[in-house]
Amino acid sequence: MKETRDIMGMPVSIEIAGVQAAQKNFDTAFDYFVHIDETFSTYKPGSEISRINRGEISEAEYSAEMKTVFALAEETKQLTHGYFDIHTADGMIDPLGLVKGWAINNAAHMLDELGCKNFQVDAGGDIQTRGKNEEGNEWSVGIRNPFNRGEIIKVIYPRGAGVATSGTYIRGKHIYDPHSGEPVVTPVLSLTVVGPDVYEADRFATAAFAMGERGVEFIEQLDGFEGYAVDEKGVATMTSGFTKYTSQ
Amino acid sequence: MKKFITSLVFVLVFAMYALSQYFNNSSTLAYTAPGATPTTAANSQPVARVAAPVSVPVSTPAPTTASKPAGQYVDGTYTGSVADAYYGKVQVKATISGGKLADVTFLQYPSDRSTSRFISSQAMPMLTSEAIQAQSAQVDAVSGASDTSAAFRESLGVALSQAKG
Repeated sequence: MKETRDIMGMPVSIEIAGVQAAQKNFDTAFDYFVHIDETFSTYKPGSEISRINRGEISEAEYSAEMKTVFALAEETKQLTHGYFDIHTADGMIDPLGLVKGWAINNAAHMLDELGCKNFQVDAGGDIQTRGKNEEGNEWSVGIRNPFNRGEIIKVIYPRGAGVATSGTYIRGKHIYDPHSGEPVVTPVLSLTVVGPDVYEADRFATAAFAMGERGVEFIEQLDGFEGYAVDEKGVATMTSGFTKYTSQ
Repeated sequence: MKKFITSLVFVLVFAMYALSQYFNNSSTLAYTAPGATPTTAANSQPVARVAAPVSVPVSTPAPTTASKPAGQYVDGTYTGSVADAYYGKVQVKATISGGKLADVTFLQYPSDRSTSRFISSQAMPMLTSEAIQAQSAQVDAVSGASDTSAAFRESLGVALSQAKG
């Protein structure tokens, strides 16, 4: 059973295969995403992050979740040589680039604890799968054609790995080079990363995309990560181990 | 590190190729990427990077493909620019003999590695390229930034208007 709701400004889909597809399991996961949105959305004036950005909350008053996200963001910044930064060019803090994958991963762990074995959680195209799909096959994920939204250009089978895509064609406002403060101008239109889980895939996809053409090389250097970058000429460049995900 | 060299070699080869094309207007590149999605004007350009596999062992000459006429390079030795290979500088020298890439030597290469725990010293960079091609398969999910929500369309609009200056 699959259910989709619009949360965090994006469609969030949860599909649970088999007998664990109880409504309470969907509700638990969706309620968590709503909570995350209400805490971390910079579009919501009442969210904790908005209040922090307005200087209404001191650091000592940050919620445990906020402290966790800030700590993870700092760690990610170090790991990506500054290419991942939740501080925007205008001095605000926008942790969406980290929170999205983190929240999907947390929701997947919640479903684990509820006894779900076979499911996928998809928030705005970043995906975590577990087990098998309704037909008992490996979950399949298509990589969207950046030139034609209605098409996919690759089919991958993550087998429990996380999948995340960064691209200019929609999230341009969210991706900029922290070193220059400028929006990323790159021949790369989209970069899909498969990593140990969707949190890891998402944060490194975001950082690697900000590196431009060298992003896929950066992914090549990471243990346990593979990448597929599509450039403006319609040429895809993939890491050496990527093809292990392309056969069922 | 090999991958950076590989990338540089290709950049270099492509640059030399472009140069040779520039000085030889009668030659046209007939190759069209099979299955390339013709959704952008950019696709009408010669897609040299599609024509050749990018994973070229540095120690051997780069393969020429059927789509490229042999002997398109001018014999000689060419020094590449110093390129930032993310964790260090890389510079190569390419030797062209008989119109083909015969040798590549390192003039500079990174001598230190990042100690980041995510970076593997065992990595053997072998990037490969292909023309994207639409797939007809049914899938359980699609990975890609989503624009189906109003908030993201609005965000994109703001971004694009800023991009126009």
